[in-house]
Amino acid sequence: MAIRAEGITLGYGDKRIIEDLDIHIPAGSFCSVIGPNGCGKSTLVKGLSRNLKLLSGSVEINNTSLRSFDTKLLAKKLAYVAQAPHIPDQFAVKELVAHGRFPHLHWMGRLTAHDHEVIAWAMEMTEISRYAERELTQLSGGERQRAWIAMALAQEAEILLMDEPTTYLDIAHQFQTLELVDRLQKETNRTVLMVLHDLNQAARYSDKIFVMHEGRLVAQGRPEEIMTSELLQDVFSIETRIIRDEDHDCPFFIPLRGRRA
Amino acid sequence: MGLSVDLRTHAGFRIAVLGVMILALVLCFFAAIAVGSTQLTIGEVLHYLFVETDSTKHRILVKIRIPRVIIAGLVGMSLSLSGCLLQGVMRNPLASPNIIGVSSGAGLTAVIVLILFPGYYYLVTPLAFLGACLTTLVVYTLAWTDGANPLRLVLSGIAVASFLGAGSNALMVFYPDRVQNVIGFMVGSLSAITWQDVSGMWPYTLVGLVLSFILSPQLNILLLGDETATSLGIKVERVRFLFIVIASLLAASAVSIVGLLGFVGLIVPHLARLIIGNNAKFLIPGSALLGAIVVMLCDMIGRVVIRPLELPVGIIMSLLGGPFFLYMLRKGGIRKSR
Repeated sequence: MAIRAEGITLGYGDKRIIEDLDIHIPAGSFCSVIGPNGCGKSTLVKGLSRNLKLLSGSVEINNTSLRSFDTKLLAKKLAYVAQAPHIPDQFAVKELVAHGRFPHLHWMGRLTAHDHEVIAWAMEMTEISRYAERELTQLSGGERQRAWIAMALAQEAEILLMDEPTTYLDIAHQFQTLELVDRLQKETNRTVLMVLHDLNQAARYSDKIFVMHEGRLVAQGRPEEIMTSELLQDVFSIETRIIRDEDHDCPFFIPLRGRRA
Repeated sequence: MGLSVDLRTHAGFRIAVLGVMILALVLCFFAAIAVGSTQLTIGEVLHYLFVETDSTKHRILVKIRIPRVIIAGLVGMSLSLSGCLLQGVMRNPLASPNIIGVSSGAGLTAVIVLILFPGYYYLVTPLAFLGACLTTLVVYTLAWTDGANPLRLVLSGIAVASFLGAGSNALMVFYPDRVQNVIGFMVGSLSAITWQDVSGMWPYTLVGLVLSFILSPQLNILLLGDETATSLGIKVERVRFLFIVIASLLAASAVSIVGLLGFVGLIVPHLARLIIGNNAKFLIPGSALLGAIVVMLCDMIGRVVIRPLELPVGIIMSLLGGPFFLYMLRKGGIRKSR
């Protein structure tokens, strides 16, 4: 298992969002977490990336307890792309991607030839090499998302957590981003856990889908096990018709009727 | 979108800018020691410095002007660097040494000493330094709940500053006859600077500058937000605290010697960012150099505009800096610091 979380409780202040949750992420798989707004998807990913303190329970990354990890060591194992990272002014794409090498650097922070190779490789993989000198603020949303992914790749961490990487993108860039992550996951045999809003996207790309509802994990399994009319009715309160996409061998849904306001 | 590339993201350009700044700093230094109630040319400066070493002018240069100009430079460096670090870690363009309580803490301590115990005026520098650092700790502690959120830091800083400011003002109201003693401190002044001040201050500036430069990768990464910084392997709270400590030591060492010269720490980092870009590796030395240049120039102007009297450097700073800052703002040159 790449990530094994047992009985974890997470929350902000006195408010508990997730209580006593178990989740296992198999190594080398593309997993996604879906669920309605406020169900605790983002909270879960923050807990697993140690951006939020565990109130109870335990998380193991590659069989080592998350609590005992040194921050830099963890950054070499696990990369996290936040939902809306701050975009600094006057930074070139190349400089952002170079930040991904930070956990590998010594305290004086000089990039070695190897670091430069990894940076170049990460930009190549995400097809942003030609924007290397461009300012981040000049990029489109999709290009920017690729720059963040390149930074995470440069970390050379085998686990990649992403919090709603498609939310602020138009449909073409959403598709492009997911195709990219899918390709990277397969080519570099990484473990990906992604929070997604779009169920059809989750079904199309995931090996395994986790469904959250009111802070609990209510279902998990292969896309065809999850994409059922009953489950979508229970969790999202929508009536749906499930259709099979033969070309990509995955289910997708068409909404029929939503919950009445 | 064309392939326009911002020069400020180019290492070569940035190094060239730093080179020009160092040159400007050296020029400013010589200009500043030449100017004053006794006007000298650069040639005369060199002559009296190295040739006619038993003249009055030699003593004026060595005993009065040089320490004063060095302190102007060190103070400018420290305050500007302090502001630059704080704007970065708080991801707030309005952050400055004032916001972490340095000025209000130093101000109140100085007012207490100069008004209630004027006999101990010579303790103003160490006590103001202590007051500034303690106030920073109070602000930090008040902002802490499971981490020191930047916004809460800013807000508690403002609250503490207004509280301590009320204390200073109350004392001045109760002892109107002694207000004269504190005016120089409250506006920031470089008169009566000695070599002793220089030797007390330069270690702070040097250590602050070196530490900030070493930590510049961390400052860059903090600009990406706490979550991204954590996932890149930064212990966010620890690093933020370290930066705040460095910033407050830098500012406290400056303010305790020359008084409340706060404005430098707010505007100079913005100007530096405008010239050299946001990358801390270049912005940190750039802010330090520009801060030194600006304070030296303002002090020089203050010594010539109403000769033989002089205007305190703090007044010149605000008189020139305020409108200039507004001009930059109108031009759209100042953008968000993050």
